Amino acid sequence: MSAQSATLKSKEELIEKWSKPEVITGSEMLLRSLLLEGVDCVFGYPGGAVLYIYDAMYGFSDFNHLLTRHEQGAIHAADGYARSTGKVGVCIATSGPGATNLVTGIATAYMDSVPLVVITGNVMSSLIGTDAFQEADIVGITMPITKHSYFVRNVEDLPRIIHEAFHIANTGRKGPVLIDIPKDVSAAKALFQPVKEVHLRGYNPTVQPNRNQVDKLVRAIEESERPVLLVGGGAIYSGAHEELYEFVTKTQIPITTTLLGLGAFPTGHELHMGFPGMHGTWTANTAIQNADLLINIGARFDDRVTGKLSGFAPHAKIVHIDIDPAEIGKNVPTDIPIVGDVKAVLQVANKLVKRADKADVWRTQIQAWKASKPFKYIDSDKELKPQWVVSMIHETTKGDAIVTTDVGQHQMWAAQYYPFNKPRSLITSGGLGTMGFGFPSAIGAQMGNPDRTVVSINGDGGMQMCAQELAICAINNIPVKIAVLNNQVLGMVRQWQELIHENRYSHIDLAGSPDFVKLAEAYGVRGFRATNKEEARRAWEEALKHPGPALVEFVVRKEENVYPMVTQGSTIDQMLMGDSE
Amino acid sequence: MNRKHTIAILVNDQPGVLQRVSGLFGRRGFNIESITVGASEEPGLSRMVIVTTGDDHTLEQIQKQLYKLIDVIKVIDVGSNPMVARELGLIKVGAEPSARPEILGIVETFRAAVVDIGPNSMIVQVVGDSDKLDAMIELLKPYGIREMTRTGVTAMIRGNR
Repeated sequence: MSAQSATLKSKEELIEKWSKPEVITGSEMLLRSLLLEGVDCVFGYPGGAVLYIYDAMYGFSDFNHLLTRHEQGAIHAADGYARSTGKVGVCIATSGPGATNLVTGIATAYMDSVPLVVITGNVMSSLIGTDAFQEADIVGITMPITKHSYFVRNVEDLPRIIHEAFHIANTGRKGPVLIDIPKDVSAAKALFQPVKEVHLRGYNPTVQPNRNQVDKLVRAIEESERPVLLVGGGAIYSGAHEELYEFVTKTQIPITTTLLGLGAFPTGHELHMGFPGMHGTWTANTAIQNADLLINIGARFDDRVTGKLSGFAPHAKIVHIDIDPAEIGKNVPTDIPIVGDVKAVLQVANKLVKRADKADVWRTQIQAWKASKPFKYIDSDKELKPQWVVSMIHETTKGDAIVTTDVGQHQMWAAQYYPFNKPRSLITSGGLGTMGFGFPSAIGAQMGNPDRTVVSINGDGGMQMCAQELAICAINNIPVKIAVLNNQVLGMVRQWQELIHENRYSHIDLAGSPDFVKLAEAYGVRGFRATNKEEARRAWEEALKHPGPALVEFVVRKEENVYPMVTQGSTIDQMLMGDSE
Repeated sequence: MNRKHTIAILVNDQPGVLQRVSGLFGRRGFNIESITVGASEEPGLSRMVIVTTGDDHTLEQIQKQLYKLIDVIKVIDVGSNPMVARELGLIKVGAEPSARPEILGIVETFRAAVVDIGPNSMIVQVVGDSDKLDAMIELLKPYGIREMTRTGVTAMIRGNR
């Protein structure tokens, strides 16, 4: 691990050292403020407009910075760090192209409510607006994809702005906050005084629920014969997995967790129905469509979950618990809205709820559905099946790894065949669906969890979108275990072209991609290839045993499709079962 | 059902705040019929008044989405209350000396004012609700409207609220 261990001084001594009021540059203020916010690792890439900031890092051993090979790698790593730890992820880039290279990562974090503080340099204040070299209006560009943003005009404002940014990023509905610092501001000197309080008149997230609304929820549960819980990422982000477990145990209501909610509740639990939606379980989708009460806890009724909105949960009374009032009623008309932090709401509800006594028949029905319609695929001894590979990864990591995925078929197979039992174990781009996210986010997850096994499951397409970060794994000995499910095609696009576009396979052939083993080795990462089960298991176990980073290329069947599948425009109970029938 | 809504938004007087608000409307597909911005009763805060059209669900979403902006302090659905809504229009109308008495007659009826007279044109200033401005413009059209500008609506709830 590269974490430069801070000197042996105690935390208190360090905080005292960083907090000392003295006249320093904006750059030093930035670094000290980040340290005072508890930041222990920053991902970044230097350039002209952040030269003073990087100069301040020189010889400042308290500050740990990981140099990526592309700004996109830096921000996805910061994202993986944030999702896996619950702390704010931080990245730094220079002005112009440095800043615009962050845009995909900012949008990724925004869609999935991930707390990031994104720091960009900009050209000197006197040059702003002149189309100067490497000038870009990054505040303007990112306005629709940030929770908030700052353009720093005066160095004196910097400590306050940084403190506010961390507060905004990691409270309420979490999200990325951008701080754009002109070069002269990072060079200017002023008296540094740490800011400990926040005064934001326009920002007061509602945490505690309205008791009357919770009472309505309790009554709805008592009356319900076919209740379903739909739990999303909000349950994980608010740290509510224990409260959720208590809630389910008390009410005995069958539960489905969305892609981002996987891990909020143990997948193996008898009341867990898997994840819902386009590639979710038959049981979860059928249960939602037949429910008379649907309790949404920290999910946002994404179209990949609801399918055709007008036919979604047609018989259900809808309860929606969310920290963001704007999500309630946005897509699905809601009968009982509850605004509040999921953890706080469940703490109140847990004192009041009782077992859903009228739902015994329903519970029996769901057990029968679960038994008759599990995820299924046709295994083969001739070719490697991607589902088998994921199951093997699950088995060999004892289900205890942090798994990051890229986007596409492998992402769905990871969600289907790696049962998650703990929160913050699956790191995946659900909302934006960002290819290139899987591998660099694993680097961040490993930095934040040095003692955990971090596995990154990728396709051969997405792996090539941020492969350059293999370098930082090798150089810093970040022991991420990378699986590449190589089917030599953009599999999910292939699947849609096969099923929706009548086998018109347009521009999806990835044959001729580099030899992934050689690619890994070129960067100094151990590489393995497997084409059958025996090789696969041997290579993977060796990769796990290897103390450093390792990549295993699994050559898998090209024509494999993800099932079940709900095609766009269908209600979620109209599922193509494919091979799993 | 689509209706006209008048919303007042109290915002921090910060650079970029107009862009945040108008950008939100554009991005979420909300319509802006008019937008006015200016100082409010409190230093450091500005008040925007936006006239928009949409159904009740859209209005609710607009309010909720606006509240997510950190620089937005308060959102008031002025239009759902008894309100005073005013807009100012400047209309440069063709006015040969022979036509002026007729035009002045219209101006007087509408309690408008003539604020500039040129050799063959005059500028009429009219203040009132949007319907009044529409009516006035309609009546001035036959004389030839050379140029026109409207401020958009600013509004306030009547009484003590």
